[in-house]
Amino acid sequence: MSAIKVENISKSFGKTKALDGVSFEVARGELFGLIGPDGAGKSTLFRLLTTLLNPDFGRAEVDGFDIVKEYRDIRKRVGYMPGRFSLYQDLTVEENLNFFAALFGVKVEDTYDLVAPIYRQIEPFKTRKAGKLSGGMKQKLALSCALIHRPSVLFLDEPTTGVDAVSRSEFWDMLSDLKQKGITILVSTPYMDEASRCDRIALCNEGRILSINTPKDIVSGFNSHSQNSSPNPVPTTLYAISAENMYQLLLSSRKCKGVVECYPFGEMHHLVVDETFDIECFKKELTDMKGLRIEPINPTIEDMFIKLMKQ
Amino acid sequence: MSDVIISVKDLTKRFGDFTAVNRITFDVERGEIFGFLGANGAGKTTAMRMLCGLSYPTSGSGTVAGYDVMREGEMIKRHIGYMSQRFSLYNDLTVWENIRLFAGIYGLSKSETESRATELLRRLNFTSERDTLVGALPLGWKQKLSFAVATIHRPEVVFLDEPTGGVDPITRRQFWEMIYEAADSGTTIFVTTHYMDEAEYCTRVSIMVDGEVRALDTPARLKEQFVAESMDEVFRILARGAKRGE
Amino acid sequence: MKNNFLSFVKKESLHILRDVRTMMIVLLIPVVLMILFGFAISTEVNNLDVAVVAPNRTESVRQTVDRLSRNPYFTLIDYIDNNDIDKVLRSGKANVVVLFDEDYDKLLAQRSEGIDTKPAVQFIFDASNTNLAQTGAIYLQNAIATEHSQQEMLNMHLLYNPQMKSAYNFVPGIMGLIFILICAMMTSISIVREKEVGTMEVLLVSPVRPIKIILAKMIPYFVISCINLVTILLIARYLLYIPLDGVWGGVIVMSIVYLLLSLALGLFISTVSSSQVVALLVSAMVLLLPMMMLSGMLFPLENLPMILKPLPNIVPARWYIDAIRKLMIMGLPLSAVMKELIILVIMAFVLMGISLKNFKDKLE
Repeated sequence: MSAIKVENISKSFGKTKALDGVSFEVARGELFGLIGPDGAGKSTLFRLLTTLLNPDFGRAEVDGFDIVKEYRDIRKRVGYMPGRFSLYQDLTVEENLNFFAALFGVKVEDTYDLVAPIYRQIEPFKTRKAGKLSGGMKQKLALSCALIHRPSVLFLDEPTTGVDAVSRSEFWDMLSDLKQKGITILVSTPYMDEASRCDRIALCNEGRILSINTPKDIVSGFNSHSQNSSPNPVPTTLYAISAENMYQLLLSSRKCKGVVECYPFGEMHHLVVDETFDIECFKKELTDMKGLRIEPINPTIEDMFIKLMKQ
Repeated sequence: MSDVIISVKDLTKRFGDFTAVNRITFDVERGEIFGFLGANGAGKTTAMRMLCGLSYPTSGSGTVAGYDVMREGEMIKRHIGYMSQRFSLYNDLTVWENIRLFAGIYGLSKSETESRATELLRRLNFTSERDTLVGALPLGWKQKLSFAVATIHRPEVVFLDEPTGGVDPITRRQFWEMIYEAADSGTTIFVTTHYMDEAEYCTRVSIMVDGEVRALDTPARLKEQFVAESMDEVFRILARGAKRGE
Repeated sequence: MKNNFLSFVKKESLHILRDVRTMMIVLLIPVVLMILFGFAISTEVNNLDVAVVAPNRTESVRQTVDRLSRNPYFTLIDYIDNNDIDKVLRSGKANVVVLFDEDYDKLLAQRSEGIDTKPAVQFIFDASNTNLAQTGAIYLQNAIATEHSQQEMLNMHLLYNPQMKSAYNFVPGIMGLIFILICAMMTSISIVREKEVGTMEVLLVSPVRPIKIILAKMIPYFVISCINLVTILLIARYLLYIPLDGVWGGVIVMSIVYLLLSLALGLFISTVSSSQVVALLVSAMVLLLPMMMLSGMLFPLENLPMILKPLPNIVPARWYIDAIRKLMIMGLPLSAVMKELIILVIMAFVLMGISLKNFKDKLE
């Protein structure tokens, strides 16, 4: 039995379609990532699965319970961390934790083994008000509170948004630990570079799922033309280029033969090309670019996302 | 000697006995894209507020666009552009009304407003959306528009406070192209971001830890200096040592 | 599950205690209002400026005027000429001109023999301030009439509040106002705040029935309101000297029913508002305004136009204020306000029922 099963779910708010026929399954103990920008429908999906909203069409199960008919059962066994910081800012760290324990009718000591690795990091500040914590600490407290009743499925809506890179990376380490303890985790993030920390990911945009797979298999689909076919050894179609004047390089390289597109990517630009592309020709066309460098590279999730969005 | 547009020396801000920003010193040159990074609580926001003329430093000195940060906060505000993800445009006004409003705020004359706004809409391919409510635009469009609006008075420096949070990768890149374009035409860009790959787009990057600037150089040289693969790693090496915030 | 209810109450109390400023305001509002209305703002008439026209200053005229000038409610300006009446009133030098008839003594004598005559004394009021004019007229009539108790021109008795002390009038009004303010407004805001901040989402995604959390929210506000009730009653009794002997029980029973009704109102408002600002506006527009206008607190309901007459009946404060007046000022027992009590109880039940039904445990 899957921990989460979503079948062709749709949800609209007035004229805007937040979710449009979304289906996927998450296995027990899996760390599943929903990757996509704002407006992809991630939060709506979370609210549906946590039984805060009812779908317009389609159905879904969490832990074997129907999200509409058996929502009370679901509420007993899931942990939820909404997108915004949803703790009481005027209560202290400790008071927040105690309150959430009471909310679920448990004693903090009973689940301490599960919460401890996370809570211990913020315990020195337990008398501080939650509103006065830094972004990273707030996330840790929110996660502790979401775990207090030993949920079987954990829903984390953009837990790392607005948090600095170090805290983000620590947060993902914590999620890996929780996964080891058998908790199913559905997590969303707008940061593409975090995708590799998930077992499987769904790339979403504008209420639809563009692709579902392991992070590795998603990028290996980059070179093939249809996204479902197995990776076959076609010549690399992605290059990284750089030059002294990066902005001019961006504009000029787009005009070259065989170039599908060129976009900034960190310190380099990524160049997507088709079969008619030839490196030597390209270099010749851009002889006036000082310090031009070009090398084939492996695509990232973000390259794949851009490709899928353009399709 | 190149043209320095932001110059600060020993800039410090104290709140009671807490030193939020501790003697930061750096120069930003005209046309640079200057990345201003730091962990949560490192003092980035406080430092940026001082540079924008929103708060006065406790001690130290500095100039932004030729005005003194200690005394000429009002003049600085008039000569810079500012855009943040949190507050950018009024959702209940149309595209045109927003442009006109901000042009008015920055004291452009009626004819100037008219011509610049028309040109701005044309450049963004927004002409057909002139009378659309900003609230009805997709997030990516809003961000492009608010960048354009933040620069309508052709400021010498634009401050961008996490401008691309939550935006899809394509729009994020289109946004950076606008930044490149602006920088190419001589506008200085001062930007904060949590996306470390965006740090790589910057001409130079400074990283704040515990209220101090701990590193400042081009992304390439920073990676060399810290023997790191990416800016993400550089950042982590520096921020791991942070005592504050956590 | 019993003890988790207690921890909810504790959490709510912490919210209130942490927000010291709001708590102080909530506790001090009643004190300030009572003192303000009790001493500073007064609808009583003091220092009424009186000018006198007496063409024939006989002994009895002088005695009457003398008596007026010694009365603390009046300040005698001067004797003036008949032609100056208009001038004195226009310039605001006097609020009223007392006009003695030329044949004052004769007229009085005739009256005492039972002969119907023209009036012996005339008041000319500056009625631009109607309150002042009306009340002043009654005072003046009293002052002059008592003097001629045998030959009274009219006979009037003011029962229960013989000095027409305004304190007697405003205390029930303030009680009606404060309890709505604190119970309804504060509870609705605190519930809506959870929606706005996003904590409501987390609360809903838990096995606890949301209504339990809501009820836990009401308890601290109920307690605060009870403290306010005690403060108001003590101020009323010991600072404003309103006799409360024998009516304490009735006032408290009535007030508690009204408190519960206000809490239900607050819950109701929270179910229809999406943000704190909306909750505040709804409280102000839907509760405070009609309450002030239609409860009889500021204006006598008898003055309402015919079509609006039934309107006050749906304003809970109207019944409460009526009942408290009867209890506190007329000194009637609780049994005399059974009608009001029953109406309020029914209203409370209906409102509570509607709001509980309205309160959703989903986001839509």
